[in-house]
Amino acid sequence: MARRITYMQAINEALAQEMERDPSVVIFGEDNAGGAGAPGEDDAWGGVMGVTKGLYPKYPDRVLDTPISESAFIGAAAGAACSGLRPVAELMFVDFMGVCFDQIFNQAAKFRYMFGGKAKTPMVIRTMYGAGIRAASQHSQSLYPIFTHIPGLKVVVPSNPYDAKGLMIASIRDDDPVIFFENKVLYTMEGEVPEEPYTVPLGEAEYVREGDDVTVVAIGRMVGMAEQAAEALADEDIECEIIDPRTTSPLDEETIFESVENTGRLVVVDESNPRCSLAADIAARVAQECFDDLKAAPKMVTAPHTPPPFSPALEDLYVPDPERIAAAVREVAGAGARA
Amino acid sequence: MSETQQITKLGMPKWGLSMTEGTVVQWLIEEGTELQSGDEVVEVESEKINNAVESPAAGVLRRQVAQEGDVVPVGGLLGVIADASVPDPEIDAFVEEFQSTFVPEEAEAAAGPEPQTVEVGGRSIQYLAMGEGDPPLVLIHGFGGDINIWVFNQEALSADRAVYALDLPGHGGSSKDVGEGDLGSFASVVEGFLDALGIERAHLAGHSLGGAVAGAFALAHPERVASLVLIASAGLGEEINAGYIEGFIAANRRKEMKGVLGLLFANPDLVTRQLVNDVLRFKRLDGVDEALRTIADKVFPGGKQAGGLDLPALDVPILAIWGREDRIVPASHAGRLTERARIELLDDTGHMPQMEAAGAVNRLISGFLADAES
Repeated sequence: MARRITYMQAINEALAQEMERDPSVVIFGEDNAGGAGAPGEDDAWGGVMGVTKGLYPKYPDRVLDTPISESAFIGAAAGAACSGLRPVAELMFVDFMGVCFDQIFNQAAKFRYMFGGKAKTPMVIRTMYGAGIRAASQHSQSLYPIFTHIPGLKVVVPSNPYDAKGLMIASIRDDDPVIFFENKVLYTMEGEVPEEPYTVPLGEAEYVREGDDVTVVAIGRMVGMAEQAAEALADEDIECEIIDPRTTSPLDEETIFESVENTGRLVVVDESNPRCSLAADIAARVAQECFDDLKAAPKMVTAPHTPPPFSPALEDLYVPDPERIAAAVREVAGAGARA
Repeated sequence: MSETQQITKLGMPKWGLSMTEGTVVQWLIEEGTELQSGDEVVEVESEKINNAVESPAAGVLRRQVAQEGDVVPVGGLLGVIADASVPDPEIDAFVEEFQSTFVPEEAEAAAGPEPQTVEVGGRSIQYLAMGEGDPPLVLIHGFGGDINIWVFNQEALSADRAVYALDLPGHGGSSKDVGEGDLGSFASVVEGFLDALGIERAHLAGHSLGGAVAGAFALAHPERVASLVLIASAGLGEEINAGYIEGFIAANRRKEMKGVLGLLFANPDLVTRQLVNDVLRFKRLDGVDEALRTIADKVFPGGKQAGGLDLPALDVPILAIWGREDRIVPASHAGRLTERARIELLDDTGHMPQMEAAGAVNRLISGFLADAES
């Protein structure tokens, strides 16, 4: 069997292999090199969760710690990308992204368009999202819909170690700015990952499970939750087809539509807040494009429209879980055919 | 036979290392029907591919225990075969006894032998070994294939002898550097592989391009080849489906790849989503594109087989197996070996007889190897 490593190791390996392959790949962010003011320490921490651990000793000139100024180093990444490097910048928690929206939305996302296609911006912003580690409202949001909304950005939300590595390599090699969302709860997830470098194309959804009754589109950490729900539902003779878009921009609508044409029923599971979410977007696109195939109204399973709570008891209720997903699927599956 | 009449279990087969369970798609034979050993009884779908389970014995299909749509673990009971004279209560007792004592193997234990690697000429070559006994059989896949194309064959064939399946350079788990990427370079990898494993003499079975590789090795080292099995083999004529070769190299998305892989089978429905995914995962490894391009340019330049192998001149026993509906290498190429080889053409079978008609191919190879050794 193929080697098993964690989601975090898969991302680290992708970074290491791309740095080895391409000298223009550089990494920077808060604590990415050493942390604790300690560039040069061989056992440096490597980012707040340790994802870049081990890269600094190998590439001391290409792994940089930055001041605590997101607007400065994200702007620097956009500039570096325009002038020949392939920066991978780590912005610890996506919740902090607000201070550098201009650099991302008005600069990086617009260069190619405003310069008539002559400018490339091959940068990756790695960032963590999601609730579940008792880190409260300002460290637990799932903000990928905001970035999906902006033309000119690509948005990647891997759900497992294999995809994390292949999507990271594809993101680094891509000539457009990519926002790469890492779910902090998934860092310890293990899976089979080839040792060799490989890519997973941006914009191709994965069929996680095949089934004829209900299409379940799930994003990031929600894919595993949907799989658990599908296992339970299979015992009730409800077969879910689970689709993991893997990237929310570009979004592989074709695969989603194809599945809904077969099942006629849709549940979208999205960890973000419900308004203007990926769930809302996908449900709307399906309603528009597959109306005649639908046998029931699409359902969304999302976090509630509140900030992520600090209370552990409430946080556990906040994130969609297999029971909520299963309940939504049952409702959709039970709804009769429309006249 | 003693007084107790024999009752034979029809079990869920294990196709490949990762298979732990299969889904019953369709019974092909009704309860109460007489059948022969080797008859196709029930169609089963694994994660990777659909195939028919063959009867292990002659008799009557007395029970369809698993129903269509049931998921059954490897080794689990699909049906019961026994002579018509065995009383029903005995059959029922057999089923009850089996079901109450059967424990599916743990996923770990069920995984069976794992692929290993050996260094050959500076490259890492992955192979899978099963069984024991000399002379061994070495299985060589074709263009874009790997050890998994033998998933229905290797275990069955290893009942009588050691069987090795190897990944050629550029394929599967082997190094992606193919060097020259021509038949000669692959033949020397086979030579190095045999040397590294201390195999003096072996039966070689090659599929498609792997057949030409086996043939090139046999021409260079006839003393090391006990016999040659050529399955839908290259190396016997000029035509090759250039559309398939180019399509395989170009396909980067599931839909394109499904269409391309469909050309391999008489029944394109055999191509499952998992098979398509596995092939795409292979193709997306760094270096695979270049490897495939190099090989195609060398062995199929201008959409034709480079040729140049005088296989009829070989002084080793040859078995050639072809599907009559092969859309990649035409079955007419077998004609080149008339009066020189045992030739078997299979109905309703495309370019992958070892998968599409696995039972028949396994029996043909077993019988042929036994004859070659006697």
